Amino acid sequence: MAISLTHYLIVAAALFTIGVFGIFVNRKNVIIILMSIELVLLAVNINLVAFSAYLQNIEGQIFAMLVLTVAAAEAAVGLAILVTYFRNRGGIAVEDINQMRG
Amino acid sequence: MMQPMQDLLVSLPLVRAELLLAGFALVGVLIGAWGGDRVFGLLSALGVAALAGAGLWAVIDAPVAPAQIFQGAMVIDGLGVFAKALIGFSAAAALALGADHFARDKDPRFEFPIMLALAALGMFVMVSAQDLISLYVGVELQSLCAYVLAAWRRDDALSSEAGLKYFVLSAIASGLLLFGASFVYGFTGSIHFDAIASAAAEGGGVGLLFGLVLMLCALAFKMSAAPFHMWTPDVYEGAPTPVTAFFAAAPKVAAVVLMARVLYEPFAGFEPQWRQVVVALSAISMVWGSVGALMQTNLKRLMAYSSIGNMGFVLMGLASGVAEGPASALIYLAFYLPANIGIFALILAMRRNGVPGETVEDLAGMARSRPWMAGLLTVLLFSIAGIPPFAGFIGKFLVFRAAIDAGLIWLAVLGGVAAVVAAGYYLRLLSSVWFSAPAPRFDPASFPIAAVATAATALVFPILVLTLGSLQSWAEAAVRMSF
Repeated sequence: MAISLTHYLIVAAALFTIGVFGIFVNRKNVIIILMSIELVLLAVNINLVAFSAYLQNIEGQIFAMLVLTVAAAEAAVGLAILVTYFRNRGGIAVEDINQMRG
Repeated sequence: MMQPMQDLLVSLPLVRAELLLAGFALVGVLIGAWGGDRVFGLLSALGVAALAGAGLWAVIDAPVAPAQIFQGAMVIDGLGVFAKALIGFSAAAALALGADHFARDKDPRFEFPIMLALAALGMFVMVSAQDLISLYVGVELQSLCAYVLAAWRRDDALSSEAGLKYFVLSAIASGLLLFGASFVYGFTGSIHFDAIASAAAEGGGVGLLFGLVLMLCALAFKMSAAPFHMWTPDVYEGAPTPVTAFFAAAPKVAAVVLMARVLYEPFAGFEPQWRQVVVALSAISMVWGSVGALMQTNLKRLMAYSSIGNMGFVLMGLASGVAEGPASALIYLAFYLPANIGIFALILAMRRNGVPGETVEDLAGMARSRPWMAGLLTVLLFSIAGIPPFAGFIGKFLVFRAAIDAGLIWLAVLGGVAAVVAAGYYLRLLSSVWFSAPAPRFDPASFPIAAVATAATALVFPILVLTLGSLQSWAEAAVRMSF
């Protein structure tokens, strides 16, 4: 059986869903949220590259390179904020991030 | 298409405003690397000049016809110029407030003006985006700087919690934006807005619509429209007040103009479909913004709900079709911005013995202890509540008229009810200011705060509303040139 565009899209959609669920369902650790965010962005990259190959159009692959770059910058900023948060609160449990409400 | 080198030579002179901001950020990092935090004041002054200069330069360089630059990745046109003027000046005002605030808190760090300038640069890219890549890169440049700014006070638990929440929720929104953009690309075969428009005109099918809805949700998140607003109150409360003033002004303009571009450029042919989404966002935001604010005691949190509600009114304008809608939304923003920044300037002025106050009780009896501040706050709150004859009323009037002309009568009625409820909580603040027993007197306001608050009040004061005609024709010409 040949692997078609649809297969790639299904894998990407599955990864995207796992990523989003990982962000919302996880109650333990912020690091897992960062990993889930990466998963979401990688799902998008699979989508972009699959469409690019299917359409014989290079723009999607350029887009994917930029997404990779920005994802790296985003992870750096996220981890830096996480470090300041840890220093202030002494932990990174998701259920403790609740000083502000209402 | 032009040769790359020739295209670059044609394009670079048209982005002088953006180059000014990028140049300031790069040179500023060098100055800061040598001078350390001692150069905070100098860099802030330079930053205010660069931001205001970029806004002004965008207006001076305004072209007579849309100019596609960088191989069609960006466009310089009326809509972008209008937005850049608003972004440049409101970011300059927020930086002036922040420079004063952090200097008085003995927490001057030279990166602050640089982060603000980079965020403004991201917004400049957003409002002139012409393909999905520049859209995404602009949004991310703005957002990455915004996360850092929200967590600016490294030693404050609330500030780092605000930064963390903003980061996580905004990263999900970026994921949605990208996932939507990948579908738009896949089902139209191009990332350029004009190619997407021609492919969409032939009917893109469910995949394209799916992509559009995902992108709209992400953009609604960036402009804090309900039901994608959940980050707003926490981030506004936790972030340092000058940063909150910045968040409430410039990024809103960028997100609204970017949404206008996405709706009316690539997806103009999908108007019947997206109008339902935008109307729903508008209705939920107006109701949630007014109801949510009623119980708040923290002024920054209250202003967060106020901004959610105001975004609902802007979205009502955007939903109203190309004839009047986007122009009315732009004018609404042009009047909302100064009122908002002025109110935050006055919140910053609420210090007693150097300790900032930010609750409604702190306002008590301000009319007797600081009558000038109380007068300014009254005018600003009247304007943001939409009470005639102040400028905010004209903005509300224009979006209501656009909605009624577009046949969205129930939405306009709902907006009217929401505006009345919202006026209730603004008046609650004013009753505290004028009729409560006075709390201890505030410290004298510093010059930047007094200047920003007075200038903002002057901008929303009825006398300047006489210039409305020219502002309105500018906004309408801008929208006509772009769409």
